[in-house]
Amino acid sequence: MIEAIATMSALGVGLGIVLGVAARKFHVETPPIVDEIEAALPGTNCGQCGFAGCHAAAEAVADGSAVATVCPPGGREVALKLVEIAGPSCHAGGADLAGQEDAGPMAAFIFEDHCTGCTKCYKRCPTDAIIGAAKQIHSVIFDACIGCDACVEVCPTEAIIMRSKPRTLRNWYWPKPEEHFEPAA
Amino acid sequence: MKLFSLSSLRRGADMFSIRGGIHPETNKYLSAKSPIEKMPMPSIIRVPLQQHIGAEAVPLVKRDDLVLKGQLIGKARGPISANVHAPTSGRVIAVGHFTAPHPSGLPVATITIRPDGEDRWGPHLPRLRPEDADPKDIAQRVMEAGIVGMGGATFPAAVKLNLRERYPLHTLIINAAECEPYLTCDDRLLRERAEEVADGIWIMAKALGVEKVIVAIESNKPDAIEAMRRHILAAGPNARVMRVPTLYPMGSEKHLVQTVTGLETPARALTAELGVVVHNAATAHAVHKAVRYGEPLISRVLTVSGHGIKRPANIEVLIGTPVSEIIDHCGGLEGEPERILLGGPMMGLPIQSLRVPVIKGTNGILALQKTESRQKAAMPCIRCGGCIKVCPCGLMPMEMHARIRNDDLDGAVDIGLLDCIACGSCSFNCPSNIQLVQGFNYAKGRLAFKQSQKHQQEETKRLADARNIRQEAIAEAKRQAMAKRKAEMAERKKAEAAAASGAAPETPKEAAE
Amino acid sequence: MTVRVVSSGPHAHSMFSVTQTMAMVAVCLAPATGLGFYQFGWPAILLFLVTIFSAVAFEAVCLIVAQRPVARFLLDGSAVLTGWILAMTLPPWAPWWVGTVGAFIAIVIGKQVYGGIGQNMFNPAMVARAMLLISLPVQMTVWVLPDPLGAAGAPDLWQSLAITFGGGGDVDAVSSASTLGFVSAQLGGGLPLDQIMAQTFSIRDLFYGHVPGSLGETSAALILAGGCLLIAMRIITWHIPVAVLGAAAALSGALHWADPASFPSPLWHLTSGALMLCAFFIATDYVTSPVSARGQLIYGAGTGALIVIIRTWGSFPEGAAFAVLLMNACTPLIDTYTRPRIFGRDRKGKPLEIAKGARP
Repeated sequence: MIEAIATMSALGVGLGIVLGVAARKFHVETPPIVDEIEAALPGTNCGQCGFAGCHAAAEAVADGSAVATVCPPGGREVALKLVEIAGPSCHAGGADLAGQEDAGPMAAFIFEDHCTGCTKCYKRCPTDAIIGAAKQIHSVIFDACIGCDACVEVCPTEAIIMRSKPRTLRNWYWPKPEEHFEPAA
Repeated sequence: MKLFSLSSLRRGADMFSIRGGIHPETNKYLSAKSPIEKMPMPSIIRVPLQQHIGAEAVPLVKRDDLVLKGQLIGKARGPISANVHAPTSGRVIAVGHFTAPHPSGLPVATITIRPDGEDRWGPHLPRLRPEDADPKDIAQRVMEAGIVGMGGATFPAAVKLNLRERYPLHTLIINAAECEPYLTCDDRLLRERAEEVADGIWIMAKALGVEKVIVAIESNKPDAIEAMRRHILAAGPNARVMRVPTLYPMGSEKHLVQTVTGLETPARALTAELGVVVHNAATAHAVHKAVRYGEPLISRVLTVSGHGIKRPANIEVLIGTPVSEIIDHCGGLEGEPERILLGGPMMGLPIQSLRVPVIKGTNGILALQKTESRQKAAMPCIRCGGCIKVCPCGLMPMEMHARIRNDDLDGAVDIGLLDCIACGSCSFNCPSNIQLVQGFNYAKGRLAFKQSQKHQQEETKRLADARNIRQEAIAEAKRQAMAKRKAEMAERKKAEAAAASGAAPETPKEAAE
Repeated sequence: MTVRVVSSGPHAHSMFSVTQTMAMVAVCLAPATGLGFYQFGWPAILLFLVTIFSAVAFEAVCLIVAQRPVARFLLDGSAVLTGWILAMTLPPWAPWWVGTVGAFIAIVIGKQVYGGIGQNMFNPAMVARAMLLISLPVQMTVWVLPDPLGAAGAPDLWQSLAITFGGGGDVDAVSSASTLGFVSAQLGGGLPLDQIMAQTFSIRDLFYGHVPGSLGETSAALILAGGCLLIAMRIITWHIPVAVLGAAAALSGALHWADPASFPSPLWHLTSGALMLCAFFIATDYVTSPVSARGQLIYGAGTGALIVIIRTWGSFPEGAAFAVLLMNACTPLIDTYTRPRIFGRDRKGKPLEIAKGARP
């Protein structure tokens, strides 16, 4: 009886030590996810998320004070990526993610009649997507615009609005085929 | 392991078999007996600047310009692009955007011409005697004439003729299989203009420097085979006509190469890497006209067919003719066709509006009734394996579709999505009417879209970084300027203090921000 | 202008549809079923109708619960066919509730629980058969001697109603063991095979089907004919049936050759029990069998071999249901390893090398 208890205890202690040593020896430092999150963000520091730049937003997502949908220009794609990296703790709920899909990528559009050529938007744009000079009508390079709304806020004449990016023959694709036999979700 | 198949017994000895394939009802009888007729001058012509794979052409004319037939109105931009010419004489009434001949109905840059009815030719391209022309000059002429692959793929033909410079070529295959149901335009072209086609083939063979030429025609076109055999000598001493089995998709480039030569083109490679180049029969005809007569590609033969057309026919039309006028020329629509297609029923594209123009790659206009398309609501997959049996590429369409349905696009790529040629055999054969091909097209398009978005995101990141660096540089310059100025001020103050010692100290001017 | 259909190609479709496929299979099953009706009389017909009706009713209930379009899914005919095949494997004079319980197991547990048509991993009819065989050993092994419809001793419609619905009735059924059960039991008793064979039915009887057995399994000849029709109409390919029969014949042939006194001949194996039905109609079920030709050969060979193994060494005289279920479980694995070679790639998915001497 005592022998059995002794053997089992010795076995337990021995294995416990082995496990403990192994845990220390083969300890893997969990990589800081801030960098990973920052890489997934657009990196334009547009400020639309309310944080001071993409790095601050990444930190906020990492410590859980911001949700996955923090980045409006990034849209659904970035939100899904953030969920993947930061785990479900930053998940804003399926409904929110689904809602982002409808918006699609946005781009700024300048009404030329209203533009006074004040260059405010031009200076504010984080990606230099607005071209023009003082006293000249500005216009937007669609491909470079990330739809961050920064220019809309600074425009004194409200000449800028956000429109969804136009679909062209180059980026058009067939819609996913519908299968009508499943009940409506 | 290749399983024995009974069909190998029926095959000719000089031919090789391909995997899968289907036998749809060809319905070629509808238009096969109608000789090619010329369409009267349309009331308006709309010439899209993007009728080919590659970059859009640059417009060379303005509104209200007068153009002559054959005049260059859109110039190729970049190495993979094609010239666009005025199909007739008239006045340019718009240079802008118009609905593309595409299922999306999105706009495409288009030059609209109001024909003056005189059909006056401008200067032709200079004459070129192919007998003593340099292969490079022939390719150059084909490029100038704006010729693209006319079987539907619309790849610039000159680029393919120039493959000679990069690969050792030995065989030119002329694709006259015309495996798409309904279409008879290549059939009629070979029957009526075999000599011209043969000459075009000869010119292309010369440009490519190949020793062997094979004209592949499906066995259901005996008259075309007969006509081509009669004129094959015009295509060179080593040219021959090969009767290939009637099997869809025989006209697929890589599958035709396998049938004719037995060579299997590696995935993501060109047939040219095996020394084989494939051109369409209609392209050969266009090359003949461009090189012998200096006529650019401004018209083509197409088939108007389907049970939704009153008078199915093969018509030679000017590029840019509206579909509606061609249908009216063929007696109009019969009842209410379920769908109108550009191209054949297997790979053709449906259009929403009949006002769109025909382009260089349009080989047919089909109006199909509900009874012809037989499309029904999709049902769940029953794993019958019918799609796998017919897939000419050896893919598992049902499994790819299941992955795409669950948004696992990368998983679909892993099992060969990008090797799919979208021939439609699987959807055709699916007893559950699942729209497999649309799923694949969706996935391919979505992946390309994501790729371009990723690229764009990287670009904007680069722009933002550049901007940050610039702003920092500006700020740094400002700081330095300020420090310099402060130092100067201090210097001056010291000097002033020294000069007027005892005087009340002056407040230094604040440096302007 | 009117809105036209704008969907991706192809804009043509073959005549082939699920409903037609199921109808064709039913047509091919008809001769063997007809013989079953004739031999076993009204009770068999009643049981058959009850089983199919229950299968359709359970299917309809499940579709309503799953909120799927009921009419469209019922019209595909898969429930009818499942019920049909299940009925063919039941003892012909079994009471009605055996058919109903079987239909419940097949449709609800074997198919709809997985998500309906196309989603089930196991052949629904075989799930039902196996579960019935294990849980109702008595009802599932009461066999009757063939007694043709209209013959003197055969029960009329009223007596049959009593047999099927009334729990036995007052008819003296000429009960008998099935050939497989008889041989298995006698071999277990230690008798030499030639003596046993002399007491039971000849291979000729087995082939034409004048023997006791399940409702639709008795006649190897009619099932073979229906199966060949199925292949001729291109509903199924030859791979699975040939592999099943070939493997069964090869294994039993080898055993018989090694020891003729204790192992029956391959011909006897091929003509008795459910092997023939299994080869052409059960193992070939689209949903639960591999999709590629090579996979089908492997699957078929496995099924055929397992049937002989279970018959020879198992505790059940007939192993078709268990063999099919076991191989069903292997189907995803087989499918994964027997993908066809992609055009332009080798078996591993790498692009082909361009041979130096590519010139023909």
